Amino acid sequence: MAKILSIVETAYRATLEEQDDTIVWLNTMFKKLNADISLLFRSNAVNYVIQGQNASGLSIGGMVQQNPPQIGRDIADLLAMGVPIYVVEADLRERGIKREEMMPGVQTMGVEEFYHRLADFDHIWHW
Amino acid sequence: MSGKILTLAIMDGPYESTCSTTAFRIIDAALRKGHSVKVFAYEGAVSLTMKAQKEHPNPAHGTSAEDEHHVLTKRWVEGLYELAKKHHVDLDWVNCGLCVDERGAGDWVVGPTRGGPADFLTMVENSTNTLVIPSKRNS
Repeated sequence: MAKILSIVETAYRATLEEQDDTIVWLNTMFKKLNADISLLFRSNAVNYVIQGQNASGLSIGGMVQQNPPQIGRDIADLLAMGVPIYVVEADLRERGIKREEMMPGVQTMGVEEFYHRLADFDHIWHW
Repeated sequence: MSGKILTLAIMDGPYESTCSTTAFRIIDAALRKGHSVKVFAYEGAVSLTMKAQKEHPNPAHGTSAEDEHHVLTKRWVEGLYELAKKHHVDLDWVNCGLCVDERGAGDWVVGPTRGGPADFLTMVENSTNTLVIPSKRNS
């Protein structure tokens, strides 16, 4: 089975309207279809692995967003399904995100290691 | 013809970014060179095939819709199907069904079909290689 690395760079795009991160959702579907998926978050998307996120409370024109995205839950679900999840260390550091703020099970990766690991995958999809 | 098979995942709607034009150019070039192409249109890209797209006049230039000969992405998609036929290769264009429903984009030109993530994985499995051309936004 082909090994796939999905790199997610753009964060929070369409999440409130779609009620999911669309790429996290798509990769969850791939995993449920038995694809060999790994996820790497970089740039602002490293925020996705922070614990205690809460996107509730949006109301526009009296219409309340009743089912806000729960990115933390979705990442936890992926980890529970055995999907390896990586974040780029430098991107965490740049944003002042500490390890203790991250969800357990998420692995960090240095940039140099990241380049070496790319060779482990048959497909690299940079979303 | 012993062409290869290329899969593209695309995400941007008409005119919103240069990514769509780049994707169209890649598809065009691949078909012309005798390669088959599979396209998975995700999110806004499902609007590329909408039948309701129409030309308009340009009041800034004082030109009519006919003068403008406006580029409509649905026409590009139709043209790519013609191109595939001419070069005896296949173009398979799949619109993500859930994305279509959310956007009311279900009335499209002849050619594309409705599908989902499983179709994308099948495309990948049956292709020489896959290229993702995502939406890029400042975040």
